[in-house]
Amino acid sequence: MQAWTDLVLILVILTNLALAGLSSFGTCVRVLAFQGVLLGLVTVGVQQGDLSLHTLVLVAGIVAIKGLVFPRLLLRAVREAGVRHEVEPFIGFATSLLIGTLALPLAMWLTSHLPRVGPAVPPLLIPTAFHAILIGLLLIVSRRKAVTQVLGYLALENGIFIFGVGLVRQATLLVEMGILLDVFVAVFVMGIAIFHISREFDHIDTDRLSLLKE
Amino acid sequence: MRIASLCQLLLALVLAPLLPGVINKVKAFVAGRTGPPIVQLYHDMFKLLGKGAVYSETTTSVFRFAPLAGLAAVIVALTLLPIGSVRALLAFPGDLVLLAYLLGLMRFLTVIGALDTGSSFEGMGASREVQFSALAEPVLMLTMVALARQADNLSLSGIYPAITGNTWVQAGPALAMISAALLAVSLAENARIPVDDPNTHLELTMIHEVMVLDFSGPDLAFIHYAAALKLWVFGSLLVGLCLPLRTGQALADVGAFLAGMFLFATVIGIIESTMARLRLLRVPQMLVGAGAIAIVALVLVLR
Amino acid sequence: MVAALFLIPALAGLAAFVIRPHGVRRALLLGAALAHAALTAQAWRRPPTPALDGLLSLDELGLLFLSITSALFLAATFYGIGYLRHQKPGEGQDFGQGLAFANAPEAVFTGCLLLFLAMMTLVSLSGHFGLNWVAMEATTLASAPLIYFHRHSRSLEATWKYLLICSVGIALALLGVFLVAVAATDPARTTVSLMMAELIRRGGDLNHIWLKLAFVFLLVGYGTKMGLAPLHTWLPDAHSESPSVVSALLSGALLNCAFLCILRGYQILAAAGCAAFAQDLLVLLGLLSMGAAAVFIIGQPDYKRMLAYSSVEHIGILALGMGLGGAGIFGAMLHAVNHSLTKAMLFLVAGNLLAAYHTKTGDRIQGALRVLPVSGALWLAGFLAITGSPPFGPFLSEFTVLRAALEQGHVVTAILYLAFLGMIFVGMAGVFLQMTYGRASLPAAERPTHETLLSILPPTALGIAVLILGIWVPAPLLDLLHRAASALGGF
Repeated sequence: MQAWTDLVLILVILTNLALAGLSSFGTCVRVLAFQGVLLGLVTVGVQQGDLSLHTLVLVAGIVAIKGLVFPRLLLRAVREAGVRHEVEPFIGFATSLLIGTLALPLAMWLTSHLPRVGPAVPPLLIPTAFHAILIGLLLIVSRRKAVTQVLGYLALENGIFIFGVGLVRQATLLVEMGILLDVFVAVFVMGIAIFHISREFDHIDTDRLSLLKE
Repeated sequence: MRIASLCQLLLALVLAPLLPGVINKVKAFVAGRTGPPIVQLYHDMFKLLGKGAVYSETTTSVFRFAPLAGLAAVIVALTLLPIGSVRALLAFPGDLVLLAYLLGLMRFLTVIGALDTGSSFEGMGASREVQFSALAEPVLMLTMVALARQADNLSLSGIYPAITGNTWVQAGPALAMISAALLAVSLAENARIPVDDPNTHLELTMIHEVMVLDFSGPDLAFIHYAAALKLWVFGSLLVGLCLPLRTGQALADVGAFLAGMFLFATVIGIIESTMARLRLLRVPQMLVGAGAIAIVALVLVLR
Repeated sequence: MVAALFLIPALAGLAAFVIRPHGVRRALLLGAALAHAALTAQAWRRPPTPALDGLLSLDELGLLFLSITSALFLAATFYGIGYLRHQKPGEGQDFGQGLAFANAPEAVFTGCLLLFLAMMTLVSLSGHFGLNWVAMEATTLASAPLIYFHRHSRSLEATWKYLLICSVGIALALLGVFLVAVAATDPARTTVSLMMAELIRRGGDLNHIWLKLAFVFLLVGYGTKMGLAPLHTWLPDAHSESPSVVSALLSGALLNCAFLCILRGYQILAAAGCAAFAQDLLVLLGLLSMGAAAVFIIGQPDYKRMLAYSSVEHIGILALGMGLGGAGIFGAMLHAVNHSLTKAMLFLVAGNLLAAYHTKTGDRIQGALRVLPVSGALWLAGFLAITGSPPFGPFLSEFTVLRAALEQGHVVTAILYLAFLGMIFVGMAGVFLQMTYGRASLPAAERPTHETLLSILPPTALGIAVLILGIWVPAPLLDLLHRAASALGGF
């Protein structure tokens, strides 16, 4: 069980790196969908055998929303906006891949400075969560297109989710579903905003949204 | 034991030219052609050795000794490589660094040989070769360091026998990532398809081929032979990692190893048949990706 | 009873999306606002019983912030109905670029407004960290379409920044919530409760390192939503580009809700004995916010942006008061009330000025007292109140915070505090006084003949409340403020 969970977590790290290094929106969205499915697997993996109804509902919710609904929404937004690739981000793809890779030792170092959380938690879980969070922040600050920023937001959210499902046992189902619903609506609203931006400005480059400044 | 080590070196020297033959055969098979015989490279080399060399007036002695010295460098590199549980002829702590340097030396000799012609065309090839290897070499070093940490040994002859099926059970993901990075480096270093096309003679896209355009006769034979040996070096690094059969019996180990090398050549052939060459701008991205995977593997084994 | 507070606006909001006749929808908006205010007033007399196993419960802090929200929403509703009546459906003129734009459908606006109220209510009601987060994120989503009511490029830009920056910030707050849960996990137990009351009871058992880390993330996350510098960058854009009635709610009510979420984290830290750590951070961010606001207010030509930066300043004062502790906490609670009422009134008046003059640039407006006598007078009074001049409420609360700083010997903090307040007074005075006095800059033909009752009554009521609070704080409010402050470890 442990080795299996480790494998899933390593795959999450690799999908993070793919997000940092790839330029095509379509591929990035599919990578993110795969990460959503992995997230469901992590949730199963950390439960140590006893699959309650609660866990199953949560996993189904995660996989349905992060693995199916978000990719559809985002691919649709990409189609509406009519752009397929991220163009020359502020930090190049190779450089952001390198930064993303170096974020992993950083995440490990951060984790080693935190108190231990008990034997039941896979040792790779917290570094993976931090890594996804760092990659999400990197994408948000270094990319121009609104769509990629949403992708970054989702990577960040995924990282926080890994942290949550791994460490927080037996939270209220109502609240967990509320969190999922919120993230869903957030992406939905952002998708609508991207649509309006592409219609109003004929582009979705957020660095050119610069009417409002001091 | 020394005899066995010597035998495996001879084996490499004799069988290495088969690898390009296997690759070409696989490519021909996938394309539905008959293709050249597997031993084609032996014929080519034999023919070239019987010919005289032509030297341009602008070249100096550098151009003449570069192919032979390059061949020497890669043969020394081969003496450092173990097969299965058979130790290498030369083994000492830190020999993996020497291996990387010998491969670097070989590349350096090819590059100065190419620059010595004074042709801007070969200079362009040399610059590309150096640019890509500057990215590929760190990846090779990272994979070596990760392997050394995993086996807790600094010698190639100590590392490879320590990798067994059990190691794969314990640290499978890390080893898989090291293998993937090593495969990417092999393709880049040996001028194989996603990076360079060994068959192309379209000037603007060539890397390795453009550097050796001016060599002829025995010099060209040495260069072909050295290239085949270099492919053998990377092949044995990868096969030793991915096929961890350690029976302890020298003959069985070597047999498994040779089967692995055949498989390695087949895999490269399949990659070449199914993939297109990357745009030159994308090559660094692929190598940085391989580097990223190697770093992740290193972090995992360091943990 | 507790559930009704949330359900009435939530259901009314959903209904508003589908109701077609304008009259019915506006009546629904007014009815929901009145019912909400009535229920809140009822909660003052008799504390409501918790519902859903304590997921929804109303303590002193919650009641205080709920009352602010409810009062402001009522004022905003009256104003908003007048505002919607004058908006021609489906078209408008962009003041900035002179281009035509369309308005969002009124049904969407009203629906989102009511859902926004429902979510802010949920923040005040929730006794559970996770639910708190859910509600807080939902306020962002419900208010984003409100900012984009006037569909032109600037408001779209503001909406995008608001959505993205706040969503990212609040995502980090979620990490903070999870970290609180980790801090509360002890190996012997299998379940962790994120209920506020239980966490406070178990305060001593919590792991301090995880808890401190959790507070940092909560502060960064909710601090983004609250507009603490240096996380405030979205705030001036969103507050200046949204319709004035929405700006009033964003500045007056929403910032407080985010503050409440930080206070919840603070309560846990105080229960675990780490209050000093939290207070240092709050003082630092508070002073930073005041400083940033002072820098940007001086020379600010756009009067709505100036009001937005002023919100950053007052948020800084709240954080500073909390950070100082003791009497400062009472000062912060009182200031939350004062600032909300004053800022809401100013934004509503700003809406009147904008409607008459069609510009947001302060330099182009003169003689507001002649053109709009009531609004002009309120604008002047609001300026005096917001800069902390007697006899208005903010003077009292800002003075309390200052006294707390001096009593505890934070002399440097007190000097910086006064310096920033002084800079802001000077910066705002230049624009506000010039806008109010002088000859009318509008040609006689374009002047509005009269001010409608719905546009001046709500800000006037708020202004009177601020004036009363400056002279005399009613006993029940004083009692509630003291109880809220003591729940936070102050007095």
